[in-house]
Amino acid sequence: MASALINVPAKAKRGDIIEIKTLMSHIMETGYRHTAAGEVVPRDIITSFTCRFNGSEIFRADLFPAIAANPFITFFTTATESGKFEFEWIGDQGFSETASASITVE
Amino acid sequence: MQQQDSTRRQFLGLAGGAAVLAAVPIVTTRPAEATPAELASAIRNVTGGAAVKAGKVKLDVPPLVENGNTVPLMVSVNHPMAPEDHVRSIHIFNEKNPQPNIGNFYLGPHSGRAQVSTRIRLADSQKIVAIARLSDGSFWSTSVEVVVTLAACTDEVI
Repeated sequence: MASALINVPAKAKRGDIIEIKTLMSHIMETGYRHTAAGEVVPRDIITSFTCRFNGSEIFRADLFPAIAANPFITFFTTATESGKFEFEWIGDQGFSETASASITVE
Repeated sequence: MQQQDSTRRQFLGLAGGAAVLAAVPIVTTRPAEATPAELASAIRNVTGGAAVKAGKVKLDVPPLVENGNTVPLMVSVNHPMAPEDHVRSIHIFNEKNPQPNIGNFYLGPHSGRAQVSTRIRLADSQKIVAIARLSDGSFWSTSVEVVVTLAACTDEVI
């Protein structure tokens, strides 16, 4: 089913600005397409993406149908301490997925 | 002859009126593309009517796109990310997709760098607008024109 790809450096120096890359497999059906019979294909997108580090939110995004299938999002954060990044995707039709990645800060 | 002219005029007048009547519901029921007015109102929803200055924001999108289904987009804001003065959020809009919004990204001083990348869909050649909101409440923006060869399949039958 749904699967996530996360790219977080395993190690970083304190104070480094690191890039985090995320990809979640998802069709991102816009709700604007229709079948040959003329029925509208219901919208099925991820509406929200959140990244938390050691429990506190560091990045959040609202997504719309204009985001391509398999949403790929990259952003930056400052490495302050060792810990765990937690990623959460929430979407239409009860979609909810999580992933996590650890980092060692020296 | 006179009689014929007037009936022809009446006919054209009636036909024109009918065409106008027929056109109105088509326009109102078809949300095929966001209009510049919708773009403006989506921007107003974010800024609350505050002035938006040009500058600081950089939008990196290929000027010529072959496939509108997946277009790489990178937005960055040339601004320090200090606790007392940083970029709070970045909002991206388009002009001609069915909806004016593309994405909203919320950052903080811990972000270190105000830069976000993603991949978007474009239904037509159009203008893309990025707006950044700073912690002092000011708004900065930039826009780019993108030419799309193969549009994203908004109306495609599957």
